[in-house]
Amino acid sequence: MVRKEVGDHVRSWRFIVMLVLIFLTFFGTMYVSLANIKQAVGNLQDPDRTFVYLKLLTVSDGTLPTFHTFLSFLGPLLGIALGFDAINSEHNNGTLIRLMAQPIYRDNLLLAKFTASLIVVSVLFLSLALLMVGGGLLLTGAPLEAVELARILAFVALSVVYVGFWLSLSICFSVRFRNAATSALTAIGIWLFFTVFYQIVVNLIVNAMLPKGGYLAPEQLLSYNNLLLSLLRLAPSQLYTDAATTLLMPSVRSLGPLSMERMAGAIPAPLPLKESLMIVWPQVTGLLAGTTVCFALAYYLFMRKEIRT
Amino acid sequence: MGETIIELEGLTKYYGSVKAVDNLSLDIKKGEIFGLLGPNGAGKTTTILMMLGLSEPASGTVRVCGVNATNNPIAVKRKVGYMPDSLGFYDNMTALENLLYIARLNEIPEADIARKAEETLTAVGLAGEMHKKTGAYSRGMKQRLGLADVLVREPEVIILDEPTLGIDPSGIREFLALIRQLSREQGLTVLLSSHHLHQVQQVCDRVGIFVQGRLLVEGTIGTLARNLFDEESFEVTVQLGRPLPEPWEHEPVLRQQHGVKQVKIAGDTVELSCEEQVTPDIVRFFVSHGLDILGVQQKEFGLDEIYQRYFENNLISADTDEKSINILKRPLFKRSKP
Repeated sequence: MVRKEVGDHVRSWRFIVMLVLIFLTFFGTMYVSLANIKQAVGNLQDPDRTFVYLKLLTVSDGTLPTFHTFLSFLGPLLGIALGFDAINSEHNNGTLIRLMAQPIYRDNLLLAKFTASLIVVSVLFLSLALLMVGGGLLLTGAPLEAVELARILAFVALSVVYVGFWLSLSICFSVRFRNAATSALTAIGIWLFFTVFYQIVVNLIVNAMLPKGGYLAPEQLLSYNNLLLSLLRLAPSQLYTDAATTLLMPSVRSLGPLSMERMAGAIPAPLPLKESLMIVWPQVTGLLAGTTVCFALAYYLFMRKEIRT
Repeated sequence: MGETIIELEGLTKYYGSVKAVDNLSLDIKKGEIFGLLGPNGAGKTTTILMMLGLSEPASGTVRVCGVNATNNPIAVKRKVGYMPDSLGFYDNMTALENLLYIARLNEIPEADIARKAEETLTAVGLAGEMHKKTGAYSRGMKQRLGLADVLVREPEVIILDEPTLGIDPSGIREFLALIRQLSREQGLTVLLSSHHLHQVQQVCDRVGIFVQGRLLVEGTIGTLARNLFDEESFEVTVQLGRPLPEPWEHEPVLRQQHGVKQVKIAGDTVELSCEEQVTPDIVRFFVSHGLDILGVQQKEFGLDEIYQRYFENNLISADTDEKSINILKRPLFKRSKP
């Protein structure tokens, strides 16, 4: 079943369109970062300068956003494109009832859809990452360090989880709405809300909560800042960007504000991978939890659904 | 025959407050072709879905091949091939690919799959088109593919929901002949639902008439006719050369004839219901009154009659379902005219 679903995705037009889009951004950002890599690596102020390959993914001269920023808003689109008509197209074609009459469990269908899309996405991202590493190896000649590879793989895994969240959300909509267009538009609406409006809304709310007068004690400032961050982190794209940044820039030591006391003793040096992973763990957990909730909801709806047309 | 393969007991199902299936009990024997007849919305599809465990009954039990379909649908689905009324295939795959996919889902050993799929397609007469995409298939071809899809799994029971929907008349004949042949050759039990009476009459061993979730009657077509029409077993229609005048002077005399129960006069045709075989007497009666007889017809009861009669009775016994009243209004009024 998974095999057929994977085949369906790979042959479908929308997947090809998404593929072209992602390849374009990938090559665009690679080009920009390659043009600036020399400068970045030569920058002695930067503790991350030795990580040539991570630099490839994160350096930009400002003309184009970096690859992970691109992914933070293209990833949802990919997830939605793969999932929005998973169940309802089967329903509308009349194939759902025929499938259900076969000796398979109902959840197998849902799992197959989800797994197939995840496989496609993982293969896509993994090959992009390996392409990047291979291209970098050819162009710069710098040796690849194990830590870098591990970080890049962790980044790939994170991206897959991120796309998985949107995938399960859109599958959930595809179970709920009988019309493919409705489910696609709802999913895209949620995506737009989180990428564009959510920051604005959160900023407005926190600004409204700030006391008048202008003077704030440092503790108060800190608490408001934390509130702002926690609200922002309800958005999956924020979680993803935070986590990706930490993974790709080893010198990032905290995602929240740090006090001067804590900064004072710190030497600006890259963190080991394990520490970075510890920092992003809440983010990853958040994304996984979101994915699970959406998938569970889809599962519940699908199991209860009357499959009669 | 003899062994019961499908056993429904007190089956009830609600959609909202509407009772879709009402306390249905039915036994279907191994190797027979059973026709489930009923108008649209009678609950046929719902009943079938419950047999497959795709829908949960509110009460009652379904046992197919001795397995409870509600608790153990997978085991039932292994033995039952189901062809839904609205058939759909993956349009971007060829017929063979569609079939292979289904065969794989049924855990047919990979080594046999291709051979078996091709054999089945040949059996249903699609050998020439098996590499065409199903998006380009006509309705009749899809129907055949649907049957192939059921047969490739080698089921013990085949359930066909409205199998003749949307095929042309000659296609229907071929299709039904195919079903009958397969059933006889392989000893398959076939349950088919339809609202087309004649087709069902052609192939079914037994029929059940189903209206508003209730099984009104079941049995062979002959038994049904006898049960229903025993009090008025002979109906004769006489076609005359010219229309009779509205108050016909001899009508009271005709009514007095031995054995005649009811007389309906409509222009140049006279319909009589008799208690026994008195057709020759009636003919003699008309001739003696100097009337030309163009034709005399003794009515034989087909499924159509049975069907209509049952719906009629059902409607008279106070109905609330507006939809079926509208569907059946016309025959009711036409027939109850004195």
